[in-house]
Amino acid sequence: MHQPILETDGLTVRFGGHVAVDSVSCAFNPGELTAIVGPNGAGKTTYFNLISGQIAASAGKVTLQGQDITRRSVSQRCHAGLGRAFQLTNLFPGLSVLENVRLVIQARGSGRVSLFSMADSDTALTDTAMQVLQRVRLDDLGAQRVSELSHGNQRKLEVAMLVAMNPRVFMFDEPTAGMSVDEAPVVLDLITELKRDKTRTVLLVEHKMDVIRTLADRIIVLHNGALVADGDPTEVIASDVVQEAYMGKELADV
Amino acid sequence: MINILLSGDRPRSILLSVILLVILVALALAPFLFPGVRSLETAARICIFIVLVASYDLLLGYTGIVSFAHTMFFGLGAYGVALASIHMGRGFDALVVGSALGALAAAVLAFAIGLFSLRVRAIFFAMITLAVASAVAVLVSQMSELTGGEDGLNYLVPRELTPAFRFGEAFGIKLNGRLLAYYLVFASCLLLFLVLLRVVNSPFGRVLKAIRENDFRAEAIGFRVVAYRTMATCLSAAVAALAGSIFAIWLRYVGPDTTLSFSIMLDILLMVVIGGMGTMYGAVIGATLFVLAQNYLQTLMGSASDATSALPLIPDLLSPDRWLLWLGVLFILSVYFFPTGIVGRLRGVR
Repeated sequence: MHQPILETDGLTVRFGGHVAVDSVSCAFNPGELTAIVGPNGAGKTTYFNLISGQIAASAGKVTLQGQDITRRSVSQRCHAGLGRAFQLTNLFPGLSVLENVRLVIQARGSGRVSLFSMADSDTALTDTAMQVLQRVRLDDLGAQRVSELSHGNQRKLEVAMLVAMNPRVFMFDEPTAGMSVDEAPVVLDLITELKRDKTRTVLLVEHKMDVIRTLADRIIVLHNGALVADGDPTEVIASDVVQEAYMGKELADV
Repeated sequence: MINILLSGDRPRSILLSVILLVILVALALAPFLFPGVRSLETAARICIFIVLVASYDLLLGYTGIVSFAHTMFFGLGAYGVALASIHMGRGFDALVVGSALGALAAAVLAFAIGLFSLRVRAIFFAMITLAVASAVAVLVSQMSELTGGEDGLNYLVPRELTPAFRFGEAFGIKLNGRLLAYYLVFASCLLLFLVLLRVVNSPFGRVLKAIRENDFRAEAIGFRVVAYRTMATCLSAAVAALAGSIFAIWLRYVGPDTTLSFSIMLDILLMVVIGGMGTMYGAVIGATLFVLAQNYLQTLMGSASDATSALPLIPDLLSPDRWLLWLGVLFILSVYFFPTGIVGRLRGVR
């Protein structure tokens, strides 16, 4: 068994009396695509926030490549190789599409800050950014302001920004939510590509079972903040605990 | 060449280019186009306020930080030159040392303020700057031994920069030290403005814009937001201090009212908003319009009042004493009709 790239150990966060994530221990292996499922309010996004550092943990720890990163800031975790895309689109609305991606690539570089060079003259940066945009078919819209993009295209840009970060661990939070039927495949193809490249680890919060069946190597199920199931996709989806916690509830809602 | 000077940030509007060019030429040739002491005073004041307002725009318009301490930094630069000139004696070395120390002090103070307050919410930073600026203004007026208190300080600048230094005549204009002083002001302000324009178009400037747009995401893609905000604050403070130094060299006097008063802070805010936040060129237009209005609105109204003296009520409304009223009306109208500032409007951004 090789060393996990990312590990959470008893990770817990309480908001007042409410335990949003309840002692979740889980190890993620390099090259694996893990789907995280659970009903709404199960704590999936909060779990992500704890891993990427937007929320401080009440207890437990997060380990990335053997290093304890529980106390690190968001940007430090970024440089350590943790990349995150957001469920609610979270871009730089007043800047152009190209500029959004360029910023990500610029952030990836060394900590040196250039005050007196012209940002536009860095053509290598622009080229790399355009290549990323091409992968999500947004290269024609590079000059457009993000606030003027359609929702679907904003979602694509959200994914493109994570791809541009090129982290060791990709964290997607419902990447295809709100996308039209013809837009979603671009994003799913991209995730498939990442999966084929065996060096990239992917965590994927997703509701669509067909997507999970085709993409995931492994599923973990969160329910009321606790980890209730973990294992092979087909087995877990079929298991009673999931049917009850997730499918049953979903069906009951309908 | 022009592209490099402007750092690739062109005006992007023909009308805006023309206006900027007119302002540039008018300021460059001010001593010859508009002879007279008063117009030269106005031109120098415009140059200095362009830099001061541009440095404030770096904070407010580019980084999204509200600060009320900008006049404090301006004052630090001005007092730096004044104190150096008094204690080191008249000379260019005093001007250089005073400016450098003023800028350094401003940057250090800005760093301290930033360290304490930029980690938390933006409103907290605004409150802290307000408190520190008020405290410094009180200190300056109380420590009269050092600062001259409310009376301020008079000092001598090098003879080459005073009217007593004459060296000929050209185009019917007497060439004297005042002319040299004006061109020192003009050249250093132009240089500082171009430097600021470069900074906002550098990779650093891009990050500032990203922080303004969405600081949460800027952190999430790996930028240390606090570090960038602090750097922007220090840089802005240092440039404001340099503008203050230039002002002090030009005026040969510093006092709390001319450099530290809160009304100047309000003027700066209005100039940024009227010109257009986050554009740099907005600083040029805002400062020019505002300083011109401050200096000439009264005269203009006086003549308008005389011209309409036969009519009822109107001459009273146009009386020079009402100039602040009309300045206020102009502001409200410009903010109402140009919410993105004059530059934003000219560039066609909604």
